[in-house]
Amino acid sequence: MASKRKIVLERREVVARILRDRGTALVVPGLGAPTWDAAAAGDHPLTFQMWGAMGGTAMIALGLALAQRERRVIALPGDGDMLMGIGSLATIGTQGPANLVVAVIDNERYGETGMQETHTARGVDLEGIARACGIRKTATLYNMKELEAAMPLFYKTKGPTFINIKVTANPVPNVLPPRDGAWLKHRFRQALLGDLAFE
Amino acid sequence: MNQKAVAPTWPRGVYDALMAQNVRQVAYVPDAGHSELIQLCQANAELSAISLTTEEEGISMLAGAWLGGERGVLLMQSSGVGNCINLFSMVQECRFPLLMLITMRGQWGEFNPWQVWMGSSSRSVLEQCGVVCYDVDEPERVVDTVSAATNLVFNSYRAVAVLIGQRVTGSKNFAK
Repeated sequence: MASKRKIVLERREVVARILRDRGTALVVPGLGAPTWDAAAAGDHPLTFQMWGAMGGTAMIALGLALAQRERRVIALPGDGDMLMGIGSLATIGTQGPANLVVAVIDNERYGETGMQETHTARGVDLEGIARACGIRKTATLYNMKELEAAMPLFYKTKGPTFINIKVTANPVPNVLPPRDGAWLKHRFRQALLGDLAFE
Repeated sequence: MNQKAVAPTWPRGVYDALMAQNVRQVAYVPDAGHSELIQLCQANAELSAISLTTEEEGISMLAGAWLGGERGVLLMQSSGVGNCINLFSMVQECRFPLLMLITMRGQWGEFNPWQVWMGSSSRSVLEQCGVVCYDVDEPERVVDTVSAATNLVFNSYRAVAVLIGQRVTGSKNFAK
């Protein structure tokens, strides 16, 4: 169950730490704050920044992970995004490939609309849902020591994997990546597939 | 009276057409009209045949497939069109190719009045969202219609829905 532990992690440090070890991984941050976090950690052609499609982040990562089974695929939805697409955890639980990691950056708030509480602020336990959906590798992280210890879950352990990361609701400056969707798509595909992207 | 159509041969033809065009991910919400096609896809170990909790998951999944270099198809019935609308904005903004094969409810001899509204508005809703619609009402035209749609999707990078009429799949008969 969701515990009442004190939340101390800062989202920018968390996302920067995760992406520091990304290697050849493919990364899909969810709309809003996770996309700004990924941009703050450094724009990257193999990061598909989401500016919309709320609820779809985990499923985009699933399609990508099925297509690229030799690569790690890291989805970074916010908690509001994950809740909106909560059924996708059931789909991933039954079908999820071993290379897929869904790591929720959970500040218990709808950040872009005025920091209203999400259900995770009221006791809804995303890790518990993931486990109940059959995702066996799961964690909920509260501090940098736990995040450090969980790094193999991101890049090594056979998944599918679900990680909920509790972060503060402290304000952070917007860092905006490029926003043209077609361009982001082409850039990603060219970086991943080379000339095949335009066949 | 059982209004179900004669044992269909088009699902096998559609399956062959999709394989010929290198479709590798098949997302679906189970549907009677697509049951044979779904079974064929599930039986092929080289395909990812993924059952969804809601149709909109498929829109995202196939966007991810394309990012990763694979082609996919979404199988659903017209009742699910409304579930997809918000995600169509990503499809259009990013110009993701999207192939949907939609079996129609709520039209030819529909038994369930709750199916009629979404069925009768599916085409206009899809077109409002920028999705090209191909209608097919004759079993012998399904395969070439799907082939043409698949070409338009993956060679011209468009979102296309093939609306397979209830005359093709047969009306559901609760009394049988």
